[in-house]
Amino acid sequence: MDNVILIGLAGVLAAAAPVLFAVVGETITERAGVINLSLNGTILLSAMSGFAAAYKTQSLLVGFLVGMLVGAIVAFVVAFGSIALRQSQVAIGFVLALTARDLAYFLGVPYMNVPGPTLPGLPLPLLKDIPVLGTLFFRQNAITYLSFLLILAAWIWLFRTRPGLMLQGVGERPAAAFVRGANVNRLRYLYTIIGGAIAGLAGPAYTLSIKPGWMGTQTGLDGVGWIALAITIFGGWNPWRGALGAYLFALLQWLGLVLQPNLPNIPSQVLQVAPFPLMILTLLLVNVGDAEWVQRWLASMPDKTRRLAVKALRAMRASPPAALGTTFERD
Amino acid sequence: MKKNIWINLGFQAGAFLLALLITTLILIFAGAPPLKAYGSILSGAFGSQKNLIAVLISWSPLLLTTAGVLITFAAGLWNIGIEGQMTLGAIFATWGLRLFQDTNVSPALIIAIGLLFGMAGGALWAALAGALKTFGGVNEIFGGLGLNFVATALTIYLVFGPWKRPGVGSMSGTKPFDEKLWLSTLPGTALSPWGIGLSILAVIVVFILLRGTYFGLKLKAVGKNMRSAFMLGVPTWQYSMFAFLLCGAFAGLAGAIQVEAVYHRLLPNISNGYGFLGLLVAMLINYQAIWVIPIAFFFAALNVGSIQLQIVHKMDSSFAGVLQDLLVLLILLGQGARERLLKKA
Amino acid sequence: MKVELRNIHKRFGKVHASNDIALTIPAGTIQGILGENGAGKSTLMKILSGFIQADSGEILLDDRQVSIKSPADAIQLGIGMLHQDPLDFPPMRLVDNFLLGHAGGLFPNHKEVAWDIQKLNAQFGFALDPEAYVDSLTVGERQQLEILRLLWLGARVLILDEPTTGISASQKTKLFETLRKLAEQGKTIIFVSHKLEDVDVLCHKVAVLTAGKLMGEMNPPFDQKKLVELMFGKEISLGERYSAAAEGATLTLRDLAVEDARLQLSNVNLELRAGEVVGLAGMEGSGQGLFIRACCGLLRPVHGKVTLNHLDLTGKSYHVYKQNGATFLPASRMEEGLVPGLTLTEHFILAEETQGVFINQERGLVLAEERIRSFNIRGTPTSVVESLSGGNQQRALLALLRTPLSLILLEHPTRGLDIESAIYIWGKLKERCKQGSSIVFASSDLEELLQYSDRVIVFYSGKSTPPLDARSLTAGKLGELIGGAGWDEWETEQSA
Repeated sequence: MDNVILIGLAGVLAAAAPVLFAVVGETITERAGVINLSLNGTILLSAMSGFAAAYKTQSLLVGFLVGMLVGAIVAFVVAFGSIALRQSQVAIGFVLALTARDLAYFLGVPYMNVPGPTLPGLPLPLLKDIPVLGTLFFRQNAITYLSFLLILAAWIWLFRTRPGLMLQGVGERPAAAFVRGANVNRLRYLYTIIGGAIAGLAGPAYTLSIKPGWMGTQTGLDGVGWIALAITIFGGWNPWRGALGAYLFALLQWLGLVLQPNLPNIPSQVLQVAPFPLMILTLLLVNVGDAEWVQRWLASMPDKTRRLAVKALRAMRASPPAALGTTFERD
Repeated sequence: MKKNIWINLGFQAGAFLLALLITTLILIFAGAPPLKAYGSILSGAFGSQKNLIAVLISWSPLLLTTAGVLITFAAGLWNIGIEGQMTLGAIFATWGLRLFQDTNVSPALIIAIGLLFGMAGGALWAALAGALKTFGGVNEIFGGLGLNFVATALTIYLVFGPWKRPGVGSMSGTKPFDEKLWLSTLPGTALSPWGIGLSILAVIVVFILLRGTYFGLKLKAVGKNMRSAFMLGVPTWQYSMFAFLLCGAFAGLAGAIQVEAVYHRLLPNISNGYGFLGLLVAMLINYQAIWVIPIAFFFAALNVGSIQLQIVHKMDSSFAGVLQDLLVLLILLGQGARERLLKKA
Repeated sequence: MKVELRNIHKRFGKVHASNDIALTIPAGTIQGILGENGAGKSTLMKILSGFIQADSGEILLDDRQVSIKSPADAIQLGIGMLHQDPLDFPPMRLVDNFLLGHAGGLFPNHKEVAWDIQKLNAQFGFALDPEAYVDSLTVGERQQLEILRLLWLGARVLILDEPTTGISASQKTKLFETLRKLAEQGKTIIFVSHKLEDVDVLCHKVAVLTAGKLMGEMNPPFDQKKLVELMFGKEISLGERYSAAAEGATLTLRDLAVEDARLQLSNVNLELRAGEVVGLAGMEGSGQGLFIRACCGLLRPVHGKVTLNHLDLTGKSYHVYKQNGATFLPASRMEEGLVPGLTLTEHFILAEETQGVFINQERGLVLAEERIRSFNIRGTPTSVVESLSGGNQQRALLALLRTPLSLILLEHPTRGLDIESAIYIWGKLKERCKQGSSIVFASSDLEELLQYSDRVIVFYSGKSTPPLDARSLTAGKLGELIGGAGWDEWETEQSA
């Protein structure tokens, strides 16, 4: 029994990998002050084209690279539309989310239900034999290992390197970053495209690994991108907290499947979406501290309770990069 | 001034042609003869009376959702939750019909109750998104998206759970209602003059609301500059909530019409993307209510016509979506390019 | 380092923000730059720090001509600027703030930098914790952080823009001490301010700017009267003044106390008579903003009572005040007054009482035409407000006021307007007074304050004088009070 649970949890870690790519990619983009709302379309289009490329070339690597390329191209359009042409990031991103999705379904027809290559498991020698941890972490495939590494790498880049500090600065206060020598708009292009490319790994991670193959609208990926956007907020623009969100999401979906037999009255699709109300709830908890009525309510509390409440709210609170969604123009 | 109008028109035509060019290239890439493909879309939409009626059937909900989001856009809100609001409309309408179907209330009244229930359901769902934004600080885009998923889950739960057909539940929906509870349709079709009439009425109401009423003017003020609107005496958050409620009611009505006139039952995915499509139409017409009727018709025709594409050329019907999305995208980018050009000149 | 500016010109549209500025600052000098808001101080400093480029003119450092194209260039050359609102990153740690923008390898050595901060701390007697987050610091500490950072990056010329706004007295003492120490080390300090008092105690040399021009330079001991004259024009000549003040109070404030994150204002009392004009004087952010917002329900008083037309409205919202005849026109016209994208007609319709459901477009048009004519607005009923000039926007805002009104609150009613518009606007306001409206306005224009007020309240970093009779005030006295001098007679009263 223990073993079943352990393998299940290892499956959760693997299943979370695509969401994690999307979340980390978006985190990087938004840290630079750009919202890439197209994530849902990016994932579908990269899923289809990554699979198609891998199928045609019989090379998994090409599949993943094509996925990244697709993500980068979509992200470039977001950056170009909002930085150079000064259109609303939300509008461009939303339309692209639909464009990329429809393109995926339209162009994906020839690749529907054909058997393609799938990523083999890659148990790491020695490490795989560690009790518990070995099963959980070291009997995964390459892309799942990459997802582990990515959390760490993104965190180090953001918070421990010089360019990462500048990246934070650009999204936080572009004017101050400019005074410190940053070419704000060039950096925004750069990180939007990099973030998009990372998010573009999510698609092939599904179609070449977690849910192998392309099945058009039956692939069941529609919606993942929107969740990733919400998890980015839940994650407070920090790769670790974002990863936690992605794992929680995958865990809930898994629990839905596992608990299904015990709850015969509830259709499986319902449990599959259980994370969404929870997502709304967490967004509420993350944001509610800033609402005016909460502030007023807090002010009316006795001192001791207030201090506790403020502390609790602050711990959950996630404040976005201050310049998120704004344009920067030098005086 | 006059010159600007021409430049404007030029950019719009340019964007349209560019979208057409790109979709043509996509068709070639996908291995379809472009002219034939466009031809089958045209004949798919207008080739027969049956097809034309199908266009009109999908025109109706699109009119309603577009009318709805024009209100929320006027208030400066991105009501992505409209899909869920339409779904809730369908659920509530079904609920209304189920409540009264076995009573001796007159069928006409039950049908009306169903429509009202639908509007209330949509408004309720929109109010949730609005409350999350106003009182919880949750951006309406994310609140709305989450609620969309919840709405879908609720439908599935009902279809497979409490409202399942006798025997076993299936994706084909609940048991169809008795024919007397159907919204009257043209004989032999699912086209309801009532549905079309109500949808056009909704567009007219929105047009008048935004153009000629205090409510519309205040809404626009809130949407364009909340601080100033507040200083001018407009109760700002109340107006945001109103906008959500109204939009939700329109979307709910669309859902109710789908139940009462088109499917006569509740199905999973009953909103069928009409909400998002409404957002696209609103963006394409630059939020000018006067263009809703023709452009929504054009989009509906594309949707229906591309089904032919699927039948004849074995291509996915999402081609309509590709063309619609690219059109909006290029119009947006064209706007940016034009502003940049005019600023430099 | 010696800094020399030659024939600097900079135009923004019609405004000549820097007009032929020539200034030489020897190394080791603390140079004061005095001037009112909009005199061109910021523009000049932005040119020197690379934020913007001059249209023409030369900059020489140690007699070598340089070209400064960006703030990064400036710091490379040894010029660092401390902005009024320090350009730092509040949610980040001090070390990271220090490091951000510092050239070097991929992985910065935090420990080393933290050590550097401690060393600089010791040198100047600061107590900045390198591991603390910037948003936990006071404005004064954030300034200290920026100064240390600029020095660490090798700045030899330090520009400080209004550094004494928003910091405590002890922090100010500390700041001045630091600046003197830096000057002794041979660094050049440029101290931009509109506070005479600060310039007086600190600077070795002062230059006064007015309307983009360098009006003159002065060496210590500074003649305050002369400086005021230079700042505000040779002599302030007041036009004919009249008062419409009548009996009966419109607005009464009792022991009012208000506060925001930066400032506290307490013990304010006022009885405003119908038709009276009260001017609020003081440097930007000295408390007049709090005062004016507390008068109309935009800020909830922490203590005290506000009465409007004998109704106790304490703690009520702005809309309740508005229904009772009060209105507020803030300084930022396009952010908190007008709605960009709406036409003049639509604004007039919005501002009037709602009548029924449908807008009577014709009546709106008639109303708009009439208002446009009577307020001399250069625009048409269908002009969107953002297409109007500043003066015309201000006229439009005044034209939006309903009749009757008992209280009109204004912030900088004539800032940025030409003289003709200013006179016109005050004519309209005085008409209102004759109809019984009371006016409270904040302004940084001494002439305007003295010319149009019946009484004046002066604010200085959260302190306020009782209402003073405008006839008994002179420009010199007002200038002193604004600069923080001559407050002794009320100090005892306040602390009592």
